[in-house]
Amino acid sequence: MPVLNYLWIIPLLPLLGAAANGIFGRAWKKNIVTSVALSSTTLAFLAALELVREFVALPADQIPWTKSYFTWISAGGFRADFALQVDQLTVIMLLVVTGVGWLIHIYSTGYMHDDPGYTRFFSYLNLFMFFMLLLVLAANYLLMFVGWEGVGLCSYLLIGFFFLKQSATNAGNKAFWVNRIGDFGFILGVLMILRTFGTLDFATVLPRAAAMPAEPAGQWGVLTTIALLLFVGAAGKSAQLPLYVWLPDAMEGPTPVSALIHAATMVTAGVYMVARSHAIFLNAPVAMQVVAVVGCLTALFAATIGLVQTDIKKVLAYSTVSQLGYMFLACGVGAFSAGVFHLMTHAFFKGLLFLAAGSVIHAMGGEQDMRKMGGLRKKIPWTFWTMFMATLAIAGTPGFSGFFSKDEILLAVQRSSPLLWALGVLTAGLTSFYMFRLLFLTFFGPPRFDEHHVHVHESPRNMLGPLVVLAILAVGGGWMAAPHLWDGANHFEQYVAPVFSTASEAAPAAESSGGASELLQSLVGAPVIAGLIGFFLAWWFYIRSPETPKKLADSLAGPYKLLGGKYFVDELYAAAIVRPLVWISDNVLWRVVDEGAIDGTVNGVARVSRETGDRLRYASTGNIRSYAAWILVGVVVFTSLLLWMVG
Amino acid sequence: MVPTSYYLVLSAVLFGLGVVAFIFKRNIITIFMSIELMLNAVNLAFVAFSRALGQLQGQVFVFFVIVVAAAEAAVGLAIIIVIARNRGTLNVERVDSLKH
Repeated sequence: MPVLNYLWIIPLLPLLGAAANGIFGRAWKKNIVTSVALSSTTLAFLAALELVREFVALPADQIPWTKSYFTWISAGGFRADFALQVDQLTVIMLLVVTGVGWLIHIYSTGYMHDDPGYTRFFSYLNLFMFFMLLLVLAANYLLMFVGWEGVGLCSYLLIGFFFLKQSATNAGNKAFWVNRIGDFGFILGVLMILRTFGTLDFATVLPRAAAMPAEPAGQWGVLTTIALLLFVGAAGKSAQLPLYVWLPDAMEGPTPVSALIHAATMVTAGVYMVARSHAIFLNAPVAMQVVAVVGCLTALFAATIGLVQTDIKKVLAYSTVSQLGYMFLACGVGAFSAGVFHLMTHAFFKGLLFLAAGSVIHAMGGEQDMRKMGGLRKKIPWTFWTMFMATLAIAGTPGFSGFFSKDEILLAVQRSSPLLWALGVLTAGLTSFYMFRLLFLTFFGPPRFDEHHVHVHESPRNMLGPLVVLAILAVGGGWMAAPHLWDGANHFEQYVAPVFSTASEAAPAAESSGGASELLQSLVGAPVIAGLIGFFLAWWFYIRSPETPKKLADSLAGPYKLLGGKYFVDELYAAAIVRPLVWISDNVLWRVVDEGAIDGTVNGVARVSRETGDRLRYASTGNIRSYAAWILVGVVVFTSLLLWMVG
Repeated sequence: MVPTSYYLVLSAVLFGLGVVAFIFKRNIITIFMSIELMLNAVNLAFVAFSRALGQLQGQVFVFFVIVVAAAEAAVGLAIIIVIARNRGTLNVERVDSLKH
């Protein structure tokens, strides 16, 4: 079992690619850089496939398969190993990260082809793959935290990739800072775990947490504290309320980055972490409620903002925030497998949406404003059809992947809380509306740009290939769960069930199979109806009578302004947090602490030395003979002293 | 046989001459020679004691002093040549740029 025994090879491959391109890439020709970056990710993907082949043959009692390579930290009673772990959840994440990552690397060779930072881009992208793989393979919280911080770093580097643009650097900084808040929560949670369980290994912590009695609602126990702190970390990384503000700004980065990091993989790390820590969350009902409510509110909140955005990437960004909310909603009601399922299908269709949006932007020569697009359907048919598939998937059209995963989530939520279910269904309708709005504004209607100046052209093959593969996945990726509809098995859920074995005990209602009537219920169910309403509204507004949105915006000026201003959350944060902090930094930290205390100490030491030197320098005449005379005097004095003391 | 004290007095006189020359002469070459004089005065004292006490350590020490003095002479003369070339003078009063 080569790969299972040498698990480290999977993250190592992208790291080697990143190092090679980062150190020597500057001197290399572009095609060498390309082949290094692509071969490292291709090999990582192949290694992951080989790992799955070996993993399938593994007997059940050896799962989770843990391999410890060396002791990383050993201090007193604390020990953290460099240990990697594979179970069904890891397998899913591995395939998503390496598979989608590989496709996006291929796409990037086309999209970034003429960028002067080509080498830098691939070096960062490979580095990201390394950290992400470390995150999903880690067998303890500390190693996971290394990956967690590493992907944050790469996210920062890639958001600020066009560093000559002020807005891009600002967006990178914002992402980094907001994530610091979340990461602080995460590390506090990890420390609490260490204090409570004495170790950070998943293999020890999770069974022990599962064995602890569930903390009754209203009682603030240690598990609740841990779970909430971990969720703060997840909310930062996965852009949930109130820490979602960095993700829309992160669209300043190159579009493949938005697809890989800010849609398909990194932002789902929070969901992965919550799913991984399911044993802790399940015994902390208060934390579960918080996760569910925050997820649901984020889903609805971001979807409403997405309704009025005009930048094609911003719509997708808010859509990502909204879909991540769904995943947390699923985790919050105990349907972890449904959350991870949606994570996977979302990686397919949202990755595809971003790549297709990148292809549109490429075709339009850099234009991102949907108001200046229109009528692109015939000019870039491949992009249109793949994006159409992704839109159908995210809108929850029956038969497409998004339908199955969203359906699983809403089914579980319905059994748990009707109110959250209603909000989830409403969000499904909004999702359908803004996605079809995007599709109609971009590809239908009359062209709203200067056709003489903008030369619309289809993207090259290395960009279209990944689009087609992802489109196939976005359409078919959900069929694993399909038999559930006609009273069969949900293969996905059964596959990951061993990981969440404690989950199914705690929330049996959410996971049970409802029978044949579910097919009917799903096909004509509320989410699908909501999706259809959203589609018809979008069609009515943007195809049938394009003047309606304008009229509606005028008659509902207040709400429209609120949505257009993104609920003025950024402004609120600026007034409540950023400006007071800047004021304190300016007036206290800078002028008093820095200039007064720190500079004062340093300058004081320097002044004392200088003035002492000023006095003493008269002794240094530069005259050798006087030095010699002083030496002589010294010798005489010391010799006399010596003689006097001895005698 | 000449008493040891004679040698020691000669050594002290030579050393004193060296010190005085070192302090009062201005020419670097002369100062350098006075250092050699002091070193050899000390050597003389070493040898005298060695002979008087019948021990070899003093003699061995003298060899070390001679070796070090030779090395010092090589380095010192090289420095003097550089100073003479760069400054055109051998007067130590004028080689005092560290002061400024």
